[in-house]
Amino acid sequence: MFGFLKKKTESGVGRQKPQSMADRGLLVFENTSEVIQAENVLKKAGWPVRVMGPPPEIRTGCDLVIVFPLIEELNILRELDSAGVAPLQVVPVTAPLLAPVDLFQTKDFGDYLMVRAANMKITVAKGSLKIVNISGGGCPDVPYLAQAMIGKSLAEAPRPRELGHTLCGYALDLAYEELLRKC
Amino acid sequence: MLGIVGTVPDPEFPLVHGRPRLVGDRLRIDGHSIAVQRCTPALLAAALSASETMGGPDIYAFLVGDIGRGDGSRKLYRFLAEHLPEFDIRVLAFHYLQPDVDWHARVLFATQAMPSQPILIADAGFMYAAKMSGQSGSYDFFTPDVGELAFLADELAPHPFYTRGFVLHQDNKVPDLIRQAHAHGNAATHLLVKGATDFIAHEGRVIATVAHPCFDAMEAIGGTGDSLTGLLAALCGAGFGRIDAAVLAAQANRWAGSLAAPTPATQMVELIDKIPQALSSLLLDQPDQKRIEHGGS
Repeated sequence: MFGFLKKKTESGVGRQKPQSMADRGLLVFENTSEVIQAENVLKKAGWPVRVMGPPPEIRTGCDLVIVFPLIEELNILRELDSAGVAPLQVVPVTAPLLAPVDLFQTKDFGDYLMVRAANMKITVAKGSLKIVNISGGGCPDVPYLAQAMIGKSLAEAPRPRELGHTLCGYALDLAYEELLRKC
Repeated sequence: MLGIVGTVPDPEFPLVHGRPRLVGDRLRIDGHSIAVQRCTPALLAAALSASETMGGPDIYAFLVGDIGRGDGSRKLYRFLAEHLPEFDIRVLAFHYLQPDVDWHARVLFATQAMPSQPILIADAGFMYAAKMSGQSGSYDFFTPDVGELAFLADELAPHPFYTRGFVLHQDNKVPDLIRQAHAHGNAATHLLVKGATDFIAHEGRVIATVAHPCFDAMEAIGGTGDSLTGLLAALCGAGFGRIDAAVLAAQANRWAGSLAAPTPATQMVELIDKIPQALSSLLLDQPDQKRIEHGGS
């Protein structure tokens, strides 16, 4: 029934300039891992959503929210409900939001390549594409992710977005994606 | 006594506190065994290694399992808020904890009720929470890397993930970032900024730098920043003045790296093995390093 709206969103609203937020809403979740799950669900279904920093009044410490086109609220909530990741709150965007870091730094060590996103760094051996080190970060999923990924190849290793729960885990996923693009 | 607070990457690991021991490449505490890889176990191993080399301080750890869900961290925050005033600890280092502004405030409040006011060191997630809470000035040391320093300098960012690009681009202007962080009230009294050159600053002003020996590969090795914070905490706990402790910690960490002949694939435990040799050599070479009883800067 709402298919035409979705199509319109994909071709038009999704390309609006980031500062135009009046028609956007925020999906607020219990924790960052739910945000990551919900983002996976919505992106897989083709919704033009974006992960951003919450406004100060709902910020607790290590959080993300999902920005979505308000007009799609019912469809999106239905999608999330059926995936078992319903948000705690849905609120309209009323103030500028913080954008996640989108700068990557790459360092070539000869036999190894390191990519940094925000505070997270991941290094692979160029020959085998094996992950040899993960460093940086400050949240407790960092050592857990490092334990699960180091020693495995980029193809074999679990994705940080599958195991991570925090902004550091999310940043590591961005670095991992950048590494995939480069290798 | 030096207190170290942090997490281990095991969801089943209970809240434990007590005196840890370093046995080979594992930590033993209260009947539990933890692999020394990176993060808080690496910090603790470095501090234990330094303490054994110097003959003190005694080390007491507060640990809990957390894999990023925050459940373990909240358990530990609650314990600290309720029980810290029972501990006589001279230096207290907070490390990998889920950043949580409310719990941070309760724990900081509990430190103020301790028998003597400890030197407070914050790194990793707890430093993020300290900055976001607006109470950075209550800390004696933050130990950020250059990226985290940019986050401290960005008055709007609640986490390094949101550091604005124009601030992040100032990688080569560490003294400027230090000044900005201090000017916005987002720096501890002292900063030990970890990087290709380590910067030691007091109230926004660079007091010392340590750049030798320098290995590019150190940046890739997970845990080199943790060991530096562990060394700093141990040296403060052994009675060194804050600046002397920071300089010596930076030197010892670099020499431990040098002795391990690092590549980007080197694992942290290989560097920790070299701490006794690196630290003893430095202490022998610099016999006039002053141990200033608690409070010297």
